Amino acid sequence: MKASNPLWKDELSGKMPEDLAREVDVFENELSLRKQGKLEERLIAETRLRRGVYGQRYDNGKRHDGKRVQEFAYPRGRLTKGPNTLWDAPGMQRIKIPAGGLNAGQLETLAELAEEYSDGIAHITTRQDVQLHYVHIDDTPTIMRRLAAARITTREACGNSVRNVTACPFAGVCQDEAFDVTPYARALSRFLLGHPDCQSFGRKFKPSFSGCKQHACGLANMHDLGLIGVTRFEDGKEVRGFAVYVGGGLGAVPYQAKLFDSFLPPEELLPVAQAIARVFARLGEKKNRSRARLKFLIHDLGIEKFKELVWAERRTLPFDPRWTEYLETANTAKEEPLHAPGKTPVSTSEDFEFWRSTNVRLQRQEGYSTVTITLPLGDITADQLRALADIARRFTRETLRTTVEQNFLIRWVSNRDLPEIHAALDAVGLGDPGAGTIVDIVSCPGTDTCKLGISSSRGLAAELRTRLAESSFTLDKAVRNLHIKISGCFNSCGQHHVADLGFYGVSRKMAGYAVPHFQVVLGGEWEENAGSYGLPVVAVPSKNIPRVVTRLADRYVALRRNGETFKDFVKRIGKVEIKSLLEDLTKLPSDDADRSFFSDWGDPREYSLGDMGVGECAGEVVSAVEFALGAAEREVFEAQLELDMGNHRQAARSAYLAMVHAAGALVKLELPDVPDDPDRIVNEFTARYYDTQKFFDSFAGGKFAQYLFAAHAAVRQPVSEDSARYRVDEAQLFVDASHACYNRLGTVNVA
Amino acid sequence: MEIQHVNVRLLLSNAAEVDLAALIPVFHNWIQDQSGEEMLLDVADYRHVRSGPGVVLIGHQGNYSVDNTGGRLGVRYNRKAGLEGANQDRLAQAAQAALAACERLETDPRLKGAIRFGGHEIELFINDRMLAPNTPATSAAINPELRAFFSTLLGGAEYEVSYPQDPRSLFSVHVKTPQAFTTTDLLANLNSLVAAASIC
Repeated sequence: MKASNPLWKDELSGKMPEDLAREVDVFENELSLRKQGKLEERLIAETRLRRGVYGQRYDNGKRHDGKRVQEFAYPRGRLTKGPNTLWDAPGMQRIKIPAGGLNAGQLETLAELAEEYSDGIAHITTRQDVQLHYVHIDDTPTIMRRLAAARITTREACGNSVRNVTACPFAGVCQDEAFDVTPYARALSRFLLGHPDCQSFGRKFKPSFSGCKQHACGLANMHDLGLIGVTRFEDGKEVRGFAVYVGGGLGAVPYQAKLFDSFLPPEELLPVAQAIARVFARLGEKKNRSRARLKFLIHDLGIEKFKELVWAERRTLPFDPRWTEYLETANTAKEEPLHAPGKTPVSTSEDFEFWRSTNVRLQRQEGYSTVTITLPLGDITADQLRALADIARRFTRETLRTTVEQNFLIRWVSNRDLPEIHAALDAVGLGDPGAGTIVDIVSCPGTDTCKLGISSSRGLAAELRTRLAESSFTLDKAVRNLHIKISGCFNSCGQHHVADLGFYGVSRKMAGYAVPHFQVVLGGEWEENAGSYGLPVVAVPSKNIPRVVTRLADRYVALRRNGETFKDFVKRIGKVEIKSLLEDLTKLPSDDADRSFFSDWGDPREYSLGDMGVGECAGEVVSAVEFALGAAEREVFEAQLELDMGNHRQAARSAYLAMVHAAGALVKLELPDVPDDPDRIVNEFTARYYDTQKFFDSFAGGKFAQYLFAAHAAVRQPVSEDSARYRVDEAQLFVDASHACYNRLGTVNVA
Repeated sequence: MEIQHVNVRLLLSNAAEVDLAALIPVFHNWIQDQSGEEMLLDVADYRHVRSGPGVVLIGHQGNYSVDNTGGRLGVRYNRKAGLEGANQDRLAQAAQAALAACERLETDPRLKGAIRFGGHEIELFINDRMLAPNTPATSAAINPELRAFFSTLLGGAEYEVSYPQDPRSLFSVHVKTPQAFTTTDLLANLNSLVAAASIC
């Protein structure tokens, strides 16, 4: 796409690490082969994904413009870069940033790339990566070369591979960490990058490092491999190790990681990770993507059996010197400050003091602080990146990290420099307060650019941020520190399960129209390394979500007991009361003239216009189906209540019946007299909706139907707390998918 | 030297009156219409970023935006696809696209006249550091082309030129005229250039 693409290879020759340069050459050749028709489209898809070259919304060449579906006539016509993905359609480039560490020069490179190949914005993700959107695939080899010259790779940023190794951004400067996990995170990242044992996974594999257990830190509990730094005394000497957690993950149905080992010595870190990778590659599901994450393998095997297999594998591994080479410097590797330590000057600026109260954290090294730069929706401009590079050079030795809350962190700022750095940041629009507070909202890309998005998570995040920022000075302190996290769909890229107030996008049919909604997810915990997961309480139209936030916050302020967390408050007052509190917000306003509910935040197009308008004849059936789906939703809620009360068996039973009844509602569209017999409903559903793929989501396929089949097969099996919880989550997703299927059928009727 | 990926930005006179949110339905409407030669694909909303790209109409050949880079609001055209022809043609294409877009926004009744070209300031960027790094050498090489182009665009009127000093920035020029121009004036001047080229 860029005229200068052919010139960059020569220009950067000798300036890139050889392995990265070769990697890009190979990729560029693969792109050429695909253009010549010599590489199969599934292969080019996986090839590009493993280089972080991702698809983006509308890349099938079709887009509903609010009136009709437009088909874009791209210059290369129907040439694809993967199944149903057109070559010329804009895509996304994900860039791996191990442990979130960046220097000033790398920021400048990112700025150049954002400007020249994207739309002037770099986006920080919830896994410390950087993403560029609206990128043409023909530009990606040049992007990769320019990154390689700055010692950054995109290799294995997507695809069925080891994704970015994340780490607590405060590692090394935190007041109460066990030790600095950064060198270990970097070593693991280097070791597993392109490792032969990591090339045949059925799905992705996400590692993270934490320096402590009590803070959010590296969110160990929601990772495939979560490593928490711990120390203990051996022979009177303090030694380092890692508490190892495996099989965590969010996604549609979140799983808490299981403890694999409470103290793994550092010299065993890399070989054990390698052994885990081998077991995952050998035994993990390969055909059914929806069951292919490590969490499912561990759930199926049991943690004890998994441990046994991993340790057996470990014993067979041939020695690799890289396992321990890095340890020689790990204990001594240190970041250095640029300026001498100091005390914060007395300031009379209210703005500075408010910013300091939310964005500045004292380091364990006296006289120094970390400064968080809050990025709205994780976005930063090219100009701001260059300004940040200047600031990092002026005040520090370029000690920067990205964070999983989609921000930047500058470390090693002398306290004496705090007013000056605030002024410098503020001058370029990077001095906003509110880091880690209710205005610091995390959001995935959602319907803006993601192919899977159902509702506009960024649109909602921007709206909430604007409204909350206006009142941030006056918000009650208890509310100010709540976390809001938003995903555009059930896949949890916005990490809604671990928020105080989580939201994920769903659609519902109301008054004959598809209406964008968000499920309200409550009860999650960000601290304790993502200590617990929330559950959906009720689906509310998108346009009512700001009122949901206000109402819940007000009720929390009014009724909270001394020191009570929001999670405990939700637990105490119960989901029944919360649901009743929000009940009126689940409905459309009575005023028919208010059309705003039929479009999403920041997008004036009527939401899924094709779903509107069914004939009067079908109207009766519509009502019956909607009624039945509503009943199924209520049953899922009742299952949640049973779960809260510890009635696991009953919870699983209610969740199962909710799925059966939702399936029955769909079956009745074609077979109105189907008996209320689960066997018959499941059989009819299978024949009419699964085998015909009518129930299939274009991206998730038949995944949600599998939840029904699995629950039906397991109806007489024992139920554990974990399996009950999974069943309840699965039931909610199945009911959501039934709504979506019903909406799609409406489209078919209209056509 | 080869000039490609030209950006032209027309600085607005009344930034305080502009509600960027109002542009979103307008740009969606442009996608519905697809009335020009370029393929328009999507709308990206960056209103939340200070001094950022504002609201961007993403196209295949180029992007259109009302952006706030450097804290100045302007209507911008960013040519993404490479163009055949001479450098003058490429400069003219970007200017024509920016001016036509600006004129369309100026006359859109939904925007109630809020978008108005200030008449005096135009910025031109080369969005490709390989072809045009922000160096004195680039400046020396490109200036004859720019002089010829602005002479035509401004109908021989006087103007001042300034350049950003940061070598990391895109190569760009900021042109300021004492005489006020409308988008219609400038489009007419450009058309004469295009007509002259076609006679040749």
